[in-house]
Amino acid sequence: AFFSHRVMSLFQVNVRDALNQAMDEELERDERVFLLGEEVAQYDGAYKVSRGLWKKYGDKRIIDTPITEMGFAGIAVGAAFAGLRPICEFMTWNFSMQAIDQVINSAAKTYYMSAGAQPVPIVFRGPNGSSAGVAAQHSQCFAAWYGHCPGLKVVSPWNSEDARGLLKAAIRDNNPVVFLENELMYGVPFDLSEEVMHKDFVLPIGKAKVERQGTHITLVSHSRCVGFCLDAAAVLAKEGVECEVVNLRTIRPLDVETIEASVMKTGHLVTVEGGWPQYGVGAEICARIMEGPAFNYLDAPAVRVTGVDIPMPYAKILEDHSVPQIKDIIFTVKKVLNM
Amino acid sequence: MQKMLTIISNVLRGSARRNGASLVVASRSYADFTPEATFDIKKVDLHRLEEGPPLTSTLTREEGLKYYRTMQTIRRMELKADQLYKQKIIRGFCHLYDGQEACAVGIEGGITLSDHLITAYRAHGYTLTRGGTVREIMAELTGRRGGIAKGKGGSMHMYTKNFYGGNGIVGAQVPLGAGVALACKYLGNDQLCVSLYGDGAANQGQIFETYNMSSLWKLPIIFICENNQYAMGTSVERSAASTEYYKRGDYIPGIRVDGMDVLCVREATKFAAAHCRSGKGPILMELQTYRYHGHSMSDPGVSYRTREEIQEVRSKSDPISMLKDRMLSNNMASIEELKEIDIAVRKEIEDAAQFATTDPEPPLDDLCSHIFANDQPFEVRGATPWTKLTSTS
Repeated sequence: AFFSHRVMSLFQVNVRDALNQAMDEELERDERVFLLGEEVAQYDGAYKVSRGLWKKYGDKRIIDTPITEMGFAGIAVGAAFAGLRPICEFMTWNFSMQAIDQVINSAAKTYYMSAGAQPVPIVFRGPNGSSAGVAAQHSQCFAAWYGHCPGLKVVSPWNSEDARGLLKAAIRDNNPVVFLENELMYGVPFDLSEEVMHKDFVLPIGKAKVERQGTHITLVSHSRCVGFCLDAAAVLAKEGVECEVVNLRTIRPLDVETIEASVMKTGHLVTVEGGWPQYGVGAEICARIMEGPAFNYLDAPAVRVTGVDIPMPYAKILEDHSVPQIKDIIFTVKKVLNM
Repeated sequence: MQKMLTIISNVLRGSARRNGASLVVASRSYADFTPEATFDIKKVDLHRLEEGPPLTSTLTREEGLKYYRTMQTIRRMELKADQLYKQKIIRGFCHLYDGQEACAVGIEGGITLSDHLITAYRAHGYTLTRGGTVREIMAELTGRRGGIAKGKGGSMHMYTKNFYGGNGIVGAQVPLGAGVALACKYLGNDQLCVSLYGDGAANQGQIFETYNMSSLWKLPIIFICENNQYAMGTSVERSAASTEYYKRGDYIPGIRVDGMDVLCVREATKFAAAHCRSGKGPILMELQTYRYHGHSMSDPGVSYRTREEIQEVRSKSDPISMLKDRMLSNNMASIEELKEIDIAVRKEIEDAAQFATTDPEPPLDDLCSHIFANDQPFEVRGATPWTKLTSTS
């Protein structure tokens, strides 16, 4: 079932189903779109994101691959060269390291090297970042790595509206898009309006969204951490601190204008991400704020809340202390506001 | 070294057939020429195949002249590139194809321009056979705005219709080629993709991944290993546990072909193309060939092989000489006619080199363009926070 109940004109859709519906609609809309990856067809997807698609579209358009990332990512890029519009799933983004040469050197750079002769309309998607108890090799966040590279668009949705609108936009985009999902968000439901449920609903890639208006401090985040920022904001509101929460939605191109406008309003900035601090998304945002007009409006240094700078441990107590928690965000806000 | 020389001689000697002495004639009218002739060609080695390509090849006069001119054009173009590189007008990487001309020309003789082809970085010859002009190839090597990639790509990144480069990362082009083949099958257009790689790349894991998926899904792909005996400075014995590259596809049928004989290459390609188009899936061709230059212009090419070896191949197995001898001794063309072609080719190369050295470099406005397709122009950060550049599609 696509939705559990309908209230007024709101549909409750979890992130998994939002992604599923987005792919279904785009597969139906354009014959050239197809999905390949491990377990995407007959298993319905390792995380069930592609449930039902193989049954509906068959072997030609939903393709199970062997466990050979470098090979099938290359095949996906070649198919894009020749006019198809592949969606290449990495079971998790950790496995993309086996194929990263194809993503960067074959996909991202080709339009430039060919001086516009060869576009590459491909989407690479899959779950990114930390999960629960999957340990170090399965928990890395790749937003900074892929966000570093010109020629790629890098998208990191938080909620179901983000997932739906951005995936449809990514599939319709004629450029290589790295689509970073989050496993722990797959099962989380959100209310979607009729407008969002329309089959041509797309969100602009490269535009951030202010999820919560505020006046005292700007919190900038992406993916699951956006939810933590909103939770922290709710707690802080009780103490009279009004946080403005900005959901990046896109890592590259970064919507620095929206961040600057917010900082120029609040005078304070905290970035929040799940990835490691060194050379990360927050580091880039802070550098850009320093270099731009918003610097003059800062009443305190811009600061980052990040994952701890260690490989992800397994034991629950250690894992819980390896990622930003709501209390870390609250603590940081108070430090920055000198409370 | 001596062992290597013997191996190479034995492999290539069979291809150095001279069909009788050349005839010297003063003048002939075209009506006097033989319109077509059938030649015996070397038998190929077979892997998992009952039958191979035919043992003879019929060449028409027109085809012969076309192959001769194209091979000569590639030869002269590469030699001119050598010259320009030594004058520092071409810079960076430059991997030359002279010696291997029969491969590019023979392959094109077995497919059509609506088929697809992808190769690695030794790609100037293929850029030509796939429809590029000498002018735009040379201007790309010299990094000018008239280059086939407007100066943005250089030697290793040239593209034409149904030709996907020109790829710098060893082996990466092979899965890409299978992806193109997948698109051919998906779209049901009866086209195929030729995916080339060298003896060095042949050991890459992603190639075996591609063998697997291409066979599973019966993709219309012809894998071609251009075995020129050396991967940079490493000979085949030093890099491969098995140098029988035509067998390395294991469950994929393979043939090993004399890559110095344009007719052998053509017949083998026709055979392979028929195999693909019949829906049987992939097939693998090993072309035994040789490069006269080193790996690239930074490699003199004589520290890992002897000058005697290079000279032996040149004198006994040169692909252009072989075709020329065949045509002359079968009265398919005159020496004067071929000389005229040589002169025309030389002129074409000179004109192209002139263009390539005088055409201006790309405008600075082009620096940031072609990042994204079909997008609005957007700002790109320059070297300093105050340098704001624009990218257009």
